[in-house]
Amino acid sequence: MELNVAGKTINLTDDGYLTNLSQWDKEVALAIAKEEEVELTDAHFKVIEWVQTQFKNGVSLSVRGVKSSGVVDIKEFYALFPGGPLKKATRIAGIPKPQSCI
Amino acid sequence: MSKSVVKKMLFILSKAHIDSVYAAMVMANGARMEGIEAEIFFTFFGLDAITKKKLKNLKVATVGNPAMPMPTMLGGLPGMEAFASMMMKKEMEKLDMPPVDEFIEILSASGCKLWACKLAVDMFKLEEKDLIDELDGVLTIGDFYERADIEGTQIIFI
Repeated sequence: MELNVAGKTINLTDDGYLTNLSQWDKEVALAIAKEEEVELTDAHFKVIEWVQTQFKNGVSLSVRGVKSSGVVDIKEFYALFPGGPLKKATRIAGIPKPQSCI
Repeated sequence: MSKSVVKKMLFILSKAHIDSVYAAMVMANGARMEGIEAEIFFTFFGLDAITKKKLKNLKVATVGNPAMPMPTMLGGLPGMEAFASMMMKKEMEKLDMPPVDEFIEILSASGCKLWACKLAVDMFKLEEKDLIDELDGVLTIGDFYERADIEGTQIIFI
């Protein structure tokens, strides 16, 4: 799959996740967020930055990791990305779909 | 929102084996993470998982558990259950599986409702103060069935 944002073509997996984080920028985030019906605020970008850092450090994401992240608590996390928080947050952040069951 | 036709998962947890408790909690958390509603009804020995004094000491069954990698006769020896439970908890910790008390916090914060069964609470002579602070209430099974109020609700007994 592909996504066109401001004249650039972004490669996506069949699930709609970016295949390469280097293609990610704020405009891409906004375009995907729109599809996910999430209106991005500074609080969202703090979470996005955190999940990207985790990904770059090779840490697999789980709900427990979010809890101890220091940038967001579980309640806020669900409120920021309603209806599938970790899936939406990772998709908007341009990193692969999380593989953990927890 | 999840594309799944499952919109709400209701779990009835009737056992206190740590593996059963985790099964309910992982599935409930997994549902919430997919945008699916989730609720757990704790009944009979499942109440141990929300009883303050007990929830940190749940055990894996070493006797009567054919999947346990040890002969049943050994499983009955003193300390064996505690040892096996400790080993299992260690392995779970490696997978970033939260301990039961932390899992309850996560579930509650994620919007998963936690209910105690009225009949079992009465039978074990428990009071609300004995149960976790996150508890949403004590319900009869009839009240719990009423929670199945939307199309795409599933009820699972563990």
